[in-house]
Amino acid sequence: MSFLTGSRFSRPRRASSESCVRKRLKETVWQFCPQCRCLVARDAWFGAGKACQACGYHARIGSRERMRQLVDVGSFVELNAGLRAQDPLRFVDTRPYVERLREAYDGGRRDEAVLTGTGCIGGIPVALAVMDFDFLGGSMGCVVGERVARLIEHATAHALPLVMVTASGGARMQEGVLSLMQLANTTMAFTRYRACRRLAVAVLTDPTMGGVTASFPSLADVILAEPGARIGFAGRRVIEQILRQSLGADFQVAEALLRDGLIDQIVPRWQLRGELMRLLRLHAPKPVGAGSLALVGTVQ
Amino acid sequence: MNDAYVLPFEWPVVEFEARIAQMRAFAEGQGMDVPEAFEPLDREAAAWRARIFGSLSAGERVQLARHPRRPTARDVIQALSDDFYELRGDRHAMDDPAIVGGIGSFGGVPIVWLGHHKGSDAQDRRHCNSGMPHPEGYRKAIRLMRHAARFNMPLVSLIDTPGAYPGEDAERHNQGGAIANAIVEMASLTVPTVSIVIGEGGSGGALALGVADRMLMLEHAYYSVISPEGCAAILWKSAAKAPFAAQALRLTAEDCHALGVVDEVIQEPPWGAHRDPAASAAFIAEALQRHLSWLLALSRSELLQRRYTKYRTMGSFSEVQE
Repeated sequence: MSFLTGSRFSRPRRASSESCVRKRLKETVWQFCPQCRCLVARDAWFGAGKACQACGYHARIGSRERMRQLVDVGSFVELNAGLRAQDPLRFVDTRPYVERLREAYDGGRRDEAVLTGTGCIGGIPVALAVMDFDFLGGSMGCVVGERVARLIEHATAHALPLVMVTASGGARMQEGVLSLMQLANTTMAFTRYRACRRLAVAVLTDPTMGGVTASFPSLADVILAEPGARIGFAGRRVIEQILRQSLGADFQVAEALLRDGLIDQIVPRWQLRGELMRLLRLHAPKPVGAGSLALVGTVQ
Repeated sequence: MNDAYVLPFEWPVVEFEARIAQMRAFAEGQGMDVPEAFEPLDREAAAWRARIFGSLSAGERVQLARHPRRPTARDVIQALSDDFYELRGDRHAMDDPAIVGGIGSFGGVPIVWLGHHKGSDAQDRRHCNSGMPHPEGYRKAIRLMRHAARFNMPLVSLIDTPGAYPGEDAERHNQGGAIANAIVEMASLTVPTVSIVIGEGGSGGALALGVADRMLMLEHAYYSVISPEGCAAILWKSAAKAPFAAQALRLTAEDCHALGVVDEVIQEPPWGAHRDPAASAAFIAEALQRHLSWLLALSRSELLQRRYTKYRTMGSFSEVQE
């Protein structure tokens, strides 16, 4: 049945028949791409890290899953897992913040909006921070700021390259001005990291907005993005309200950012690990005494 | 007094004061000289004002911080530094009038001034985009920060912005990146830095000029991660709930001081800085002089270490053993 892969599966007229098809598909090795409605082999879908290779659709994934995709098997060691959010403002909107927090923690997970630790990518040890949009919109509160800052300090102390994968709606409003200070907290740690001359790579995924774009990811030496990721500082709706006109479909989308010179490359998920490996190898610390170039091939 | 600049919560007392003035004018017109007759009325008006200003809600404080007559960054710089020499332009694309900066001496020491400028009247406000900088504005700020480092001058920044400008071009020119770079530049400056929130401290757009050794804040200024209107629109789904959001965000000067974000709250003259800009400037000058001379006595490495520790320990979280 491989001839069906990548081709457009014609949509059955009646919804019931479609759901019937879906049900049958669940038991098989095929599934629909949510965007282009292509039939994709489940192996291909998961092999690409939950992305459709036909239309470039990238499903949102959690931080643990992303970490598994990026690091060598068994090499990940989590850092600062014990940090827990507090409610410094005793913030209440339509619901108390503590309630929202409890719910987010209770969903069978102990992660915050960022997962940090060390691991190896193609045998090269790195420090990684991966954000998770599913935890309160990936918002940067005090725990996120502190975990990232401590990771950067760890990377500085051990001279490790830094890989930061972002997905966030911005600063966490419920922690007020203290969450704004996390921009300064993470940036402060970054000032010392720069002195150790190791590579920092940011991978911006959908969505990366607000305060997060105004801190550590923008300071990376190389900035990559996933296809179609929405990236920006001010929200699209806010800008549309001010301009009183709607913006183009590609506004604040990774492809437009590449054209405008804001990012270096757009990397599909199934190539990300390989691209990171290439970058890390190119930026490997130089051996002592290296000063001459060895000419290769026929150049003479 | 221009009616347009009377804040809603001031109305009753302003009306009362206007009546007293009318009566006084009438009495004088009749040739009566009875100042003692007005004393109780004046006392009553003053007490009323004191009551109102003694119990302002967070939402009302935000209105005061946005008062159109409130002294702007340019006003404060000119009051504190009579030889201010303005520097302009980001050396790449444009000069953003929402950022004002230059060199001026304060207490005999040349310092670099930097601030958000909202504009002094309607036309000026339009020109300055109400103090909402474009990325070019932050690049201009970075240029001025480098100037301070190069000539070993302390940097004083005055924060007064609703936020960075949310616009199509601003986004395409990397608003987030410009702010991030301003923050890292200011964080790693090798000279003493003092920031003063003089009006609105609106989110990242404010923080870009506000990573400093000493953070000061005027009594009726606010500093917040998001505008109360923006917060209300997102969490309450209605911008009309802004007063509730203002309360919840703990954005007043006392709250910011209690949260450890601000080192000192600078007193304002009675009923707000706009009632007496000269007195307000004097309070600012006193505090600035005290903090700057303390910072100038520190060695460069000690300065950087203290700043690092200050910002690395900002935040609130608990830690459990896993």
